[in-house]
Amino acid sequence: MVVKLASIFFTMILVDNYVLAKFLGICPFLGVSKKLDSAVGMSLAVTFVMVLASAVTWPIHTMILAPNGLEYLQTIVFILIIAILVQLLENVLKKFVPTLYRALGVYLPLITTNCTILGVTILNLDEGYNFIESIVCAAGAGIGFLVAMVLFSGVRRRVEEATPPKCFEGLPITLVSAAMVSLSFMGFGGIVESIFG
Amino acid sequence: MSEKTKLGVLANGILDENPVLRLVLGTCPTLAVTTMAANGIGMGLAATFVLLCSNVVISALRKIIPGQVRIPCYITIIAGFVSVVQMLVKAFVPSLDEALGVYLPLIVVNCIILGRAEMFASKHAVLDSALDGIGMGIGFTLTLTIMGSIREILGAGTWLAGLDGLLPFLPEGFAIQVLPASLDPFTLMTSAPGGFFVFGVLMAGAAWLTARKKTAPAEEGND
Repeated sequence: MVVKLASIFFTMILVDNYVLAKFLGICPFLGVSKKLDSAVGMSLAVTFVMVLASAVTWPIHTMILAPNGLEYLQTIVFILIIAILVQLLENVLKKFVPTLYRALGVYLPLITTNCTILGVTILNLDEGYNFIESIVCAAGAGIGFLVAMVLFSGVRRRVEEATPPKCFEGLPITLVSAAMVSLSFMGFGGIVESIFG
Repeated sequence: MSEKTKLGVLANGILDENPVLRLVLGTCPTLAVTTMAANGIGMGLAATFVLLCSNVVISALRKIIPGQVRIPCYITIIAGFVSVVQMLVKAFVPSLDEALGVYLPLIVVNCIILGRAEMFASKHAVLDSALDGIGMGIGFTLTLTIMGSIREILGAGTWLAGLDGLLPFLPEGFAIQVLPASLDPFTLMTSAPGGFFVFGVLMAGAAWLTARKKTAPAEEGND
């Protein structure tokens, strides 16, 4: 059991990294990775909401939607749950943990339309994970997002100082360097199976 | 709005405000599904349908939806149409449903659709919004098809493989062999790094085209 959980967790971080291998959450990856502290803030907010959203959507799907044959409502129900959760979290943080709110607050509204959140909730069910596995998977995905963001913000600082051809300035050169980071992550393929398998 | 700008609204989405290459919206599906040209076309058409329907409905309701809760309202409307598309694709094009996987429901959070609702449909009349939706959809589909073609030809050596799922009159296992099969395909192009790379190069190309159009309008005459 523990081995399987660890395997899911590390696979999500290294092999199936959401940003670099599955192309989920590219918008914040490109938008917020310019500075290290904003990259960390955004990733922590994403991780938190991912775990919370998985913990809420899994029981709703298995206990309410599936027994009643309402699976086709999954998309609508999940996106509304995520939107409500984000709004709720924003209000709760504002009231009770103002320091955390100041650190994460600006990123929270952006999270509703971050595809990693909806993605992880749907993929958990597609993979047939149970409740605990879903939460571990969501946490792994969040940490993987954090790793990718932190690494990439370092790469980006170097890229900002480079002088590429005029038409490559800005996003195009950023994407090409993202390709390099993604290439290096391909090197992790198979590593988790060989450790935990 | 005059008659001339109606066409302008439609054409706007194709190059000048191409949603993917110029506005940098909807990057996730762009990178994820373009391993094959046929998947790009399927994704583009699905998104165009949602874009058109949601733009029309949101534009028609723009005076009724209160400002403070507009984003949840938009998302609910969009999610409704995405569910419709999901069911249609599952029923009629099961091979596409398998190829697109989780990215089909993820059209809900595609920033192009919410972005156009917020930037265009909430401020313009129904007909203009419909045209904007179609134009943006064509721009999105074209970009996905071009990217899918580049990646498929370089990465697998074929073109439009799997199109028989979309168009049932094509023979099963339809594919155009572009590069000779004896040539080892450059499989990196169909995996994740190739996606980022091709996208970066295409975006640079679009920037170059726009820059050239701007600097030399006098010599090139009217468009």
